[in-house]
Amino acid sequence: MIIKQLSVFLENRPGHLGRVCEVLARDGINIETMTLADSREFGILRLIVREWNQAKVTLEAAGFTVNTTDVMAIEVADEPGGLERILKAVENGGLSVEYMYAFACKRQANALIVIRFDDVERARAVLQKAGVGMLSAVEFYG
Amino acid sequence: METHRHPESRPDYLEFGELRELQLQRLKATVSRCYGKVALFRSRLEERGLAPEHVRSLDDVAQLPFMQKTDLRDTYPYGLFASPLRDVVRLHASSGTTGKPIVVGYTRDDLDVWSSLVLRAFVATGLHAGDVLQNAYGYGLFTGGLGAHYGAERLGMTVLPISGGNSERQILALKDFGVTAICCTPSYFVHLIERVQASGISFQELSVRTGVFGAEPWTEAMRGYIERESGIKAYDIYGLTEIIGPGVGIECSEQAGLHIFEDHFLMEIVDPNTGEVLPDGHEGELVITTLTKQAFPMIRYRTHDLTSILPERCACGRTIRRISRIRSRCDDMMIIRGVNVFPSQIEAALLSVKGTVPHYQILLSRKGGLDQIEVLVEVTQEMFGDRISELEALQARLMQAIEHITGLRVPVRLVEPNSIARSEGKAKRVIDKRSDGETAR
Repeated sequence: MIIKQLSVFLENRPGHLGRVCEVLARDGINIETMTLADSREFGILRLIVREWNQAKVTLEAAGFTVNTTDVMAIEVADEPGGLERILKAVENGGLSVEYMYAFACKRQANALIVIRFDDVERARAVLQKAGVGMLSAVEFYG
Repeated sequence: METHRHPESRPDYLEFGELRELQLQRLKATVSRCYGKVALFRSRLEERGLAPEHVRSLDDVAQLPFMQKTDLRDTYPYGLFASPLRDVVRLHASSGTTGKPIVVGYTRDDLDVWSSLVLRAFVATGLHAGDVLQNAYGYGLFTGGLGAHYGAERLGMTVLPISGGNSERQILALKDFGVTAICCTPSYFVHLIERVQASGISFQELSVRTGVFGAEPWTEAMRGYIERESGIKAYDIYGLTEIIGPGVGIECSEQAGLHIFEDHFLMEIVDPNTGEVLPDGHEGELVITTLTKQAFPMIRYRTHDLTSILPERCACGRTIRRISRIRSRCDDMMIIRGVNVFPSQIEAALLSVKGTVPHYQILLSRKGGLDQIEVLVEVTQEMFGDRISELEALQARLMQAIEHITGLRVPVRLVEPNSIARSEGKAKRVIDKRSDGETAR
């Protein structure tokens, strides 16, 4: 149920984000999804890629600081109220969400969101009980 | 650990009275030599109505005029030489940060003394014939490389004259050549530590156990970092081109101050502003008079290094006295919003925050007539969590640490790894972009 996400530290300067993409593209790595979190002074680029280990090595060799984080990929019914139901389960289970972001593409009728939970094991138990669809890495990458 | 005394180290243990007598004899000889051979020195003595015979005790040295770096610049290249050029068998030069280099010379006897002093320095750190030394100080005009080399060879160590730079080759040498000791600048060794770790090698696998680092000031915190990360013992060595090069002073195994080779160098501590001689234990500017140099003697040279004389006897048994670790050069001091700040304080503050690797730079600028300071710190794997809040908390901790030590709120900017230029030699810690031009120190 755990998907590996890469985080890359970026200074807030033109070209730095582009360089990450260039480095990955040159290595033939396709980005499944990404999001950029920013503060006033720096950003953290979060990426989901299939070959995450290779991507980490490649990015580090190119001089970036990279971290890996365990996140979950959750199926959400792509209709009004879909997300609300998930978040209700999260709230009822007393889970703490660090951040989340959605995927550009869907799986059949479902949207996909990536969530980082404070306590990933507890999240899995709570969501399983609530009948929320979570994708394993195998299912996720297809 | 020194297991026995090396015969050449005998003067380190001279009985006090004997040492002072030797110093006085040598001081008189040096003053006469300079008076006879160095025009600038003679004219200054004559201005004061002084002559060599007025120096009758060690205290009389305080009557003599100071010499400064500017004197070397003004007499460039050979104006201060006390030997004819044909007797000068070696020249060295140090790059001045502004203007012309400083040129120094050595006779055969000077080279003999120099290599003996460096030998004594290595011996004090516990090294001996049989050690394999990787000399990563720069070979060439810089006194560090050749200075360390001849001392090491004299001691009988197996010397690898690898010079600075080419980190991959440095690591290869550490791995393959049975290196037991290394010498280079502390900032370059920090760089090597990272490269070793990045290449997946552990320092446990390497045979290096001693490091002799110098040519730039470095803090106790930096020593702690180096020793923790590499497992080696890191010793401070002190020297300066204008005096001889490396071999003016050295830490012994106690690692509690630098023993100055008093049989060859007379030291005083003076108030940097008034030039008044200060008693032992007071911090001030180190002033050195060479006692045996022939080609390039120096009388009361103002080193611009801030330190104090430690009068207590060292546990190692040496009677040659110690000075405290050089905290900074007087001219390193920055005045920001009326507060005196030294780069070493910033360094100590940054290293006190767990996980910080000492790649930092201080940027000075002027905006609206006011001095601005910003500290750049590189973000490493260890420091980088996945959350903005973690990075912001880290930034806050770094700022708090700096404020705690300096009393100043200083902005800290986190930057990407390797964005601060690495040095093979002295690290450029301060980039000063204020109106008097850019000078990197």
